Amino acid sequence: MSNTHRRSRIDLNNGVVELAHGAGGSAMTTLIAEIFYPAFNNDLLLQQNDQAIFNVDTGKLAFATDSFVVSPLFFPGGNIGSLAVNGTINDIALGGATPLYLSASFILEEGFPLKDLLTIANTMGSCANSAGVKIITGDTKVVERGKADGVFITTTGIGVIRNQTVLSANQIAPGDCIILSGEIGDHGVAILSKRENLNFETNIISDQAALHELIQLILEVGGDNIRVMRDPTRGGLASALNELAEKSDVGFVINENKIPINVSVSAACEFLGLDPLYVANEGKLIAVVAPSAAADVLKAMRSHPLGHQAEIIGVATEDSRFFVQMITRIGGRRIIDHLSGELLPRIC
Amino acid sequence: MMRYLEEFRYEPLAVRLVHQIALETSCYRSYRFMEFCGGHTHALARYGIEDLLPKNIEMMHGPGCPVCVLPAARIDAAIRLAQQDNIVICAYGDLMRAPGSHGNSLLRARASGADVRMIYSPLDAIKIAVAHPDKEIVFFAIGFETTTPPTALAVQIAQRDKIKNFSVFCNHVLTPAAMRHILTESQSAPGQRQAINGLVGPAHVSAIIGYESYKQITENFARPIVIAGFEPIDILQALLMLLRQVNAQRAEIENQYDRAVTGQGNYSAIDAMADTFELRESFEWRGIGELPNSAIKLKKNYCRQDAEERFNMSAVAVPDNPACECGQILRGRNKPQECKLFGKACRPDTPLGACMVSAEGACAAHWAYGRFRDEAEAR
Repeated sequence: MSNTHRRSRIDLNNGVVELAHGAGGSAMTTLIAEIFYPAFNNDLLLQQNDQAIFNVDTGKLAFATDSFVVSPLFFPGGNIGSLAVNGTINDIALGGATPLYLSASFILEEGFPLKDLLTIANTMGSCANSAGVKIITGDTKVVERGKADGVFITTTGIGVIRNQTVLSANQIAPGDCIILSGEIGDHGVAILSKRENLNFETNIISDQAALHELIQLILEVGGDNIRVMRDPTRGGLASALNELAEKSDVGFVINENKIPINVSVSAACEFLGLDPLYVANEGKLIAVVAPSAAADVLKAMRSHPLGHQAEIIGVATEDSRFFVQMITRIGGRRIIDHLSGELLPRIC
Repeated sequence: MMRYLEEFRYEPLAVRLVHQIALETSCYRSYRFMEFCGGHTHALARYGIEDLLPKNIEMMHGPGCPVCVLPAARIDAAIRLAQQDNIVICAYGDLMRAPGSHGNSLLRARASGADVRMIYSPLDAIKIAVAHPDKEIVFFAIGFETTTPPTALAVQIAQRDKIKNFSVFCNHVLTPAAMRHILTESQSAPGQRQAINGLVGPAHVSAIIGYESYKQITENFARPIVIAGFEPIDILQALLMLLRQVNAQRAEIENQYDRAVTGQGNYSAIDAMADTFELRESFEWRGIGELPNSAIKLKKNYCRQDAEERFNMSAVAVPDNPACECGQILRGRNKPQECKLFGKACRPDTPLGACMVSAEGACAAHWAYGRFRDEAEAR
């Protein structure tokens, strides 16, 4: 009887987030105990302190934070929770680090269904678990209805750097090869397909994934020949390449025929008037590699499930204006420019 | 769907067309062709097609970018309306960023609290109107004949279903009127830079109005027009067809885009437009100025759906920047990179003139895709 009574304080099937769930009192304690502890379940979190205390290897640490405000919260291939965990894991791992711990901070909108919050938390738990990462501290705040969009999540991560390779864009030299790990645009199209005012049928699912294993593999095979890695998330491949070119004082020339893209993504971009080069990815990376190691790195990447469609898409060139140029499918040439403002579809 | 795209981006076919164009280009003369449509301007730049053409074929960019030629005064009027309580402005994607005066735009108005929503179809605006009977939904309608039929349909539905809170701020313009204007100017100065030897005709516009609509223009002005699709193979083939006409001193309307365009066009679309719209005596085109009989407005019996009537909207004329060369560029007299403002004060994120406003504008396309060909300037 007393057990039943305790459970009834939070109705995970039909209940919604209330302002009391963020007020610091017993409602908040119950919410955390019934949703977050079981979902993230690990020794450091369950000590229930205001901070998590842990030991690390001597050497260098990588530290990154990211906020997630995706709409819709649930989309084909994942939800805001999987993005929040994998996105920060990727930010840490791209620096060559092994991700260890995450914090997760939630801003909840009053009225948000607890069932959905549970699903999101469970997804985060299982993503962290399969990546070998623990969510060891967190925070919950509730804002009035209309002041947020369901759930916003901020995750911060710490990882340890165990190899000696220095990864930095300023190491890129003319002649270096640009390797892309797979098809572009899947995440952005999956999200757009579920937006309230678009809602079109597609079989595309988000590519969101934790890339740390693939990254470690690339570093093992390429060693010091790996100049830098990036994940082309918001702004897509085009923005990531422009950012790299500017930081490294080189230009890039890429070959349109070499860029892997799913035919459904092409089709969706075509009718939405979007350029897939600018559409977001959540499970892809670009590695810039010295030419001598490019073939080996490509082979290794293709042996991994997250890199089996990897391609060398272009090379770094000497260019005082740091342009990213593309040889088009029909043999012409054009610039791939920075995205100007928000990605907006063309009218006709 | 991709089956109708991949074939038209097929490199070996492009190479054959490029060879044929080179073979048939006379080395004793030059050719100046204008692509009317922003869609073609965009495709030329996006695929780097001009790299593949002989040096003596020059492409001039036309005024067929609907966002570009929309005057700042009309954008200002929409923004003023959006700032009123209880008004929802619905607009197509790239109109959201188009600058009115003082760099204001619908996106900025939204950031300051106006209810501005991006839609893909005016029927979405109808849905919003039905869902929010307490608000006034205004569809900011722009475009050439391509986007006019959906507006006509929305207006008809609103009247039929008595959706009282839906109206249209009509800014639709007409292709043949602008084409005549360009060719009249071209004819008045033979041998000069604005002389145009032929036109790549609109793709989607022609699917609506039919290629026969241009027959009189080719006859009156003795210039060939070839209707072309928006894919690179379409454009190359259309250029070859134009080249052959010019070489044979023919001036006819020809249709390369026969998978979508017929002689008579789309009857039901034409009927819907005829039912709902009538000619405006005159309309301002950004960068060009007032053109007679070049735009349409809602007919009197649809005045309930006419936002201009309903909200007593007025447009306060905004002069273009005097240093801006858009007027010359839209008429095919100048190239974007010849404008003093290009790439300096005027860039896609701070557009000063019409041609930099939308991705389909000649200046925006050259900036985004082609500026590596220009003499080195800081980027």
